[in-house]
Amino acid sequence: MYKILLSWRYLKSRYIALASIVSVTLGVATLIVVNSVMAGFSDEMHKRLHGILSDIVIRSHDLNGLPDPQWHMDEITRIAGNDIEAMTAAIQIPAMINFRDNIQGQWITQPITLIGIDQSTYAQVSDFSEYLLHPENRKQLDFLLKEKNYGLGKKDRFPLSGWVRRRASSEWERDAVDAQIGADQIDAADIPDSPFPLVDDSGVEGQGVTVDGLEDRGISDVPFQGAAEPQIVFDPATEQHTGIVLGISICSVRGRDADGEVMDYFFALPGDDVKVTFPNTGQPPKALSDSFTIVDFYESEMSEYDSSFAFVPLSRIQDLRGMVDVESGTKSVSTIQLKLKEGADLNAVRDKLQARFPIQQFGYQIQTWRDMQGPLLAAVQLETTILNILLFLIIAVAGFGILATFFMIVVEKTRDVGILKSLGAPSGGVMSIFLGYGLSLGTVGSGVGLILGLMFVDNINTIAGWIERVTGQEVFDPTVYYFNQIPVIVSPLTCVWVVLGAIGIAVVASILPARKAAKLHPVEALRYE
Amino acid sequence: MSSAFELTYPNVPPEKPDHSQETLHPRLLKSPVVLKATGVTKSYRKGKVEIPVLNGVDIEVVEGEFQAIVGASGSGKSTLLHLLATLDRPDAGEIYFEDNRIDNLSAGSRDILRNRYIGMIFQFYHLLPELTALENVLMPVMINHGVVSYMLRRRKFRKRAKELLDLVGLSHRLKHRPRELSGGEMQRVAIARSLMASPRLLLADEPTGNLDRAAGEEIMEIIRELNAAYDVTMVMVTHDPSIAAQADRTVRLAEGRVESVSIQS
Ligand SMILES: Nc1ncnc2c1ncn2[C@@H]1O[C@H](COP(=O)(O)OP(=O)(O)O)[C@@H](O)[C@H]1O
Ligand SMILES: [Mg+2]
Repeated sequence: MYKILLSWRYLKSRYIALASIVSVTLGVATLIVVNSVMAGFSDEMHKRLHGILSDIVIRSHDLNGLPDPQWHMDEITRIAGNDIEAMTAAIQIPAMINFRDNIQGQWITQPITLIGIDQSTYAQVSDFSEYLLHPENRKQLDFLLKEKNYGLGKKDRFPLSGWVRRRASSEWERDAVDAQIGADQIDAADIPDSPFPLVDDSGVEGQGVTVDGLEDRGISDVPFQGAAEPQIVFDPATEQHTGIVLGISICSVRGRDADGEVMDYFFALPGDDVKVTFPNTGQPPKALSDSFTIVDFYESEMSEYDSSFAFVPLSRIQDLRGMVDVESGTKSVSTIQLKLKEGADLNAVRDKLQARFPIQQFGYQIQTWRDMQGPLLAAVQLETTILNILLFLIIAVAGFGILATFFMIVVEKTRDVGILKSLGAPSGGVMSIFLGYGLSLGTVGSGVGLILGLMFVDNINTIAGWIERVTGQEVFDPTVYYFNQIPVIVSPLTCVWVVLGAIGIAVVASILPARKAAKLHPVEALRYE
Repeated sequence: MSSAFELTYPNVPPEKPDHSQETLHPRLLKSPVVLKATGVTKSYRKGKVEIPVLNGVDIEVVEGEFQAIVGASGSGKSTLLHLLATLDRPDAGEIYFEDNRIDNLSAGSRDILRNRYIGMIFQFYHLLPELTALENVLMPVMINHGVVSYMLRRRKFRKRAKELLDLVGLSHRLKHRPRELSGGEMQRVAIARSLMASPRLLLADEPTGNLDRAAGEEIMEIIRELNAAYDVTMVMVTHDPSIAAQADRTVRLAEGRVESVSIQS
């Protein structure tokens, strides 16, 4: 009984000891914040990566692929049909894209990964369709240019795109060409100003970004898409080339406007035409080119993918490249992607497939999405681990503070220890007074730390906002991270461990002083002044 | 070194202590022995030098007795008392409490002995500063009982503690901390605490040594009353001859030995 009473009274009468626990409090709070943010971050990454990548990808090592996809898919169904929810075949090849910059009027060339997809099944194996900008394409992609409403329900500020833009653009071009013919001399300086607004200010799409951008730069130049090689039978005002869905970063850059607001500058928009150059199946491959019309953008918010993926209809690529097996007449693909049923064991299915398509015989690479992103996920994991170790070291340092404070308190309480022993308190009892003292300090310290940490995590975006306002520094730069908000996930288990760890350190730090107190000789302690 | 003592009891030979009970007060003549020490020696070590403090002390305390231990400062009175209270172990010699040898008991048994059978009062009161007067008095039973056991008997304990504080005249200071009390009041709290566990023996080390005359007399009055009315067996270290004169038996220590034993008729 006296142990509790005395621990409590010592706690109440010595606020200085609470100061020694502040570092524990801060350590616990920081650990909880860091873990929550890292967990949120890595969960978001997992979701994104998993959303972009399908569960399992079977990829042929040869660009010209994997012949007779139907046979492969039947085999896969036979082997692992119970676990498979959806399956699609696709072609993935390196390519070059070439388009005319809206803003500067220059030609831009970029490397891309051209992906031929089967629009009816591709969206079933990943979250592909969720990343498209046009609401109808999000329901079902058809590679046809839409009238307008790009970005509706997803981005509130998106320049006017679609047929509206395409018609206006082609009209302006015709005028420009007429003017040049009339002038009998081609001079870029004579090209009249753009007759149409690039952005529909009145529309649901809101304020135009591109127009602002143009005016800011004092440039009144205009788009030139499709004007390089006028086609006789092709009327850009009413017709489109084969549709292509471009990763949004292929033709945009993210930056800040004069007010420091984050915004995207688009070099090309849905409705504009692009040229794509890719290898054919020849030996050695020759470059092929074809025109495509941008029908939508793909925005997964993972810059690696947004800046390289371009999707076109599978059959179009197969035809253009001549990916037809002469004997069977089947068209080949280069990857088969699987989505597994909820709860299916990724690695087990992968292993089964690897057994069916041995690498020596087929040369296929069969990987789960985790295998593909292994290094990135491992890096995030490593970072979390290191941060945890470092922060726990902080709490351990706090432990030494507690140790010193407790030694002081034990010295100060020497006479009390003598009194207690003279009254028959056993050494163990005296020890537990100080251990109990450490325990209660640890509990209070880490409890307060837990509450502080949880409150911080709960309001982290508000706090980041304050810090931004006070320091003028962006805490969480959306141009870098692609997140608008700091993602957090509070794991109760982590909280429990952190709190227990901190309490443990406080108790361990009080063991030495408590032992010292227990070992005091009662007579010496009573004589102590 | 009061010569008055030797004048009063000149017939006691200093060399050979006389422990005969024949001359004790009649009320104590047939009383059983509560505490007995034979040939107790104790020395302290200072570096390599050994400082002998007690070289063979024999004493005997009978039930109901009020015994005083006197001697010059540094003569080893406190050391002897600590040995009798089992706060320390003698280098040689034996100590018996009610016929049980206690100087070689295990630490746990000695803790129990101090907690329940032997009460102690000190010159510097030795109250716990963080606790109120009442809590200080309750300390021995708190040490004896675990949380549950204590809580179950809490009413009984508090009632007894209040009665004891009432006995020493402090019923109006229950909630005071030691630093809010005068020296005399603190000593009275200490006396109440020493009685809490109903010990068979009280050991007091100069309980009035730190008090002014008036407060000291009040304390002595309480102690005498405890001894007379409640039959508390009492061993008191003092260097005040007027206090020693009130004892049934006075043991004088000098040079680590019992120099003389004088008995009050
Ligand atoms: N821990 C110790 N170490 C060394 N010497 C001690 C210690 N405690 C007491 N002494 C010595 O023992 C002698 C007796 O002390 P003490 O019993 O307190 O005397 P008294 O109570 O009669 O004044 C003194 O000379 C003192 O200096
Ligand atoms: Mg003394």
